[in-house]
Amino acid sequence: MDLRYTEAEERFRAELRAWLDRAIPLLPAKPDRNDWPGRRAYDTAWQRLLFEAGYAGLHWSVEAGGKGATPTEHLIFLEETERAGAPYVGANFVGLLHAGPTIDAAGTDEQRRRYLPGILRGDDVWCQGFSEPGAGSDLASLRTRAVRDGDDYVVNGSKIWTSHAEVADYCEMLVRTDPDAPKHKGITWLIVPMDTPGITIRPLETVMGTSEFAEVFFDDVRVPVANRVGEENDGWRVTMVTLSFERGTAFVSEVVACQRLLRELAALAKKVTRRQASAWDDLALRRELGHLTAEFEALWALTKWNVSEAQRSGVPGVGGSVFKLRFSETKQKVYDLAHRLLGRAALAVDDVAGLPSGSLMDERLSSLSYTIAAGTSQIQRNIVGERILGLPKER
Amino acid sequence: MDFQLSEDQRDLRSGVREFCEGRFGRDRMRALLDTAPVPGMVDRALWRELADTGFFSLRVAEDAGGVGLGVAEAALVYEEAGRVLLPGPLVATHLAASLPGEPGAKAAAGDAVVGLIEGDSWPLLIEHLDALDCLLVLTDEGIRRVDPGAVRGVRVAHPVDPFTPVTSVDELPVGELVADALVADQWRRIGAVLTGALQLGIAGRLTELATRYAKEREQFGRVIGGFQAVKHLCADMLVRTELARAAVYAAAVTLDDPAVGDPEVAVLTAKVMGDDAATRNGKDATQVHGGMGFTWEVDVHLYLKRAWVHATQFGGAEENEEALAATL
Repeated sequence: MDLRYTEAEERFRAELRAWLDRAIPLLPAKPDRNDWPGRRAYDTAWQRLLFEAGYAGLHWSVEAGGKGATPTEHLIFLEETERAGAPYVGANFVGLLHAGPTIDAAGTDEQRRRYLPGILRGDDVWCQGFSEPGAGSDLASLRTRAVRDGDDYVVNGSKIWTSHAEVADYCEMLVRTDPDAPKHKGITWLIVPMDTPGITIRPLETVMGTSEFAEVFFDDVRVPVANRVGEENDGWRVTMVTLSFERGTAFVSEVVACQRLLRELAALAKKVTRRQASAWDDLALRRELGHLTAEFEALWALTKWNVSEAQRSGVPGVGGSVFKLRFSETKQKVYDLAHRLLGRAALAVDDVAGLPSGSLMDERLSSLSYTIAAGTSQIQRNIVGERILGLPKER
Repeated sequence: MDFQLSEDQRDLRSGVREFCEGRFGRDRMRALLDTAPVPGMVDRALWRELADTGFFSLRVAEDAGGVGLGVAEAALVYEEAGRVLLPGPLVATHLAASLPGEPGAKAAAGDAVVGLIEGDSWPLLIEHLDALDCLLVLTDEGIRRVDPGAVRGVRVAHPVDPFTPVTSVDELPVGELVADALVADQWRRIGAVLTGALQLGIAGRLTELATRYAKEREQFGRVIGGFQAVKHLCADMLVRTELARAAVYAAAVTLDDPAVGDPEVAVLTAKVMGDDAATRNGKDATQVHGGMGFTWEVDVHLYLKRAWVHATQFGGAEENEEALAATL
């Protein structure tokens, strides 16, 4: 067991730090949360900077135009960019972390040539059309139909929880091509250009009062058969192969951010008062902060454990669900604490009285989604119980 | 960075597991408990076998007759000890093995059973007093050695963990200073990590016991592990164990190589997460076992009770969480 980074890893970190010092000041001002074109422009400008500096597609294979970096280098990259206050992957998320790797793994040479460079350069934004109103946790029950008609598929149905749909160029999409086959066996993976006629986008308003994702309707949308990735009816396997590329790095930025947040909350506790006493004087509150500090220190150690496992074996371990489950529930507890710490300032989703209630309450509301998005905590517990502990499957 | 067990560490772990399961399997554990208890619940013959296997001399330098390994390896060994509920002041004797001269040598060789108590808290309950050859007291100015025979106290008739007899003491003899404050501080850290490792072993074993029972026990015509309400309890136990594992191993590695992190934060985290995993898994394993979980016959309560003992050693959650908050 060795937590010491190698000389090569330390060099990689030092060079990255030096570049971040130069690059961050070049970024334009951060756009307003509801300004989707602005957000796209900001996120893709960052991707373009990464591309020009040679950091785009760090975790992608060299053949796909990436750097073939090790999981540890990827961890260092995510840790350092977060510490430097660099933008999050944002609008580039689906392209870089899902659609791109899927096309690399299961696409044709022509598809790789056509779609991968645009993702790396920040030219193209992708969105994901997987979930449906009737297919959430039970994703494989999806019903959006694609019927073959000559050289096209004709797609009808609707997708939901699609982030960046309004500003995306392409949608990676799962459609039902064989309604008579068992549910996992009749699904196909398609690339759908978002400017194809017949696509309607309806933004979904969240509990924050903003639109973080959309519902997307498909009405006789014609998609060339050439846009199919993998074989017809093999889309479920294609998707699972890519999901298993996760190498333990999924939450690196977020763990680093939560550790910083805990320090900010400690500072806040020393500032706010209850009945003339500092909130920090409350032992129960300090213990809660201390416990959360331990949780995130342990989650950081578990990240390194999972990354090292992926680095050794080349394939991810089963640790992803374990991590996601604990991380999302713990992060929720941090914002619950922040909420209580704000006291009456928590009535404002804007900064009041010089307190950061705007960002904290916005994120507090957002935190309600952590244990739902990307597999609910209940589904994660099923996965841990069944795949790791070998308990009987649900069905 | 390669935060996974090395091949040597894997071999060490499987060797120690084989030893523990072979020498202190369930039958011997239950015999010591139910039919043949010994004074202070320390089996001298077993104690020497533990010494021969390197339980106490593991971190003593090779040229001083030890094994010359680090805290990381010691953590792996103590995790295995936790899994089989090895009784006795294991961590205290392990720490004492690093003392210079005869006291250290006797501890390392298994010729002495050494107890340890933190002198700055009240009430004072000394574990395994009847078995002790030497009692060490951790204080802010250093470590004091006390003659256990000179300690006056009341033996508790019903210790919560039947493997951990305790004696209530009003006042400790002053004793003699055998190590300074720096050593005491280092002992607190190593002791906390190795106790966290015992808790990790307990947490992991409880997860196995509960999962095994959930796969066997049938109600409503199916095994209860098929019900989400039970399955999710088992899943939570596994998650706690793995988080504690990462925390304990990381702290052990950080004590061996302090440049890789903040030893203070790492150690406190290891103990907090170890205590949390062992005690909460004890509760959940009891629940998964239903009525059987409330019986003496099923081992779950023995693990839970031991976890409660360890949770009071080298700082409880109260102190450790507050100390962590102070680092923010």
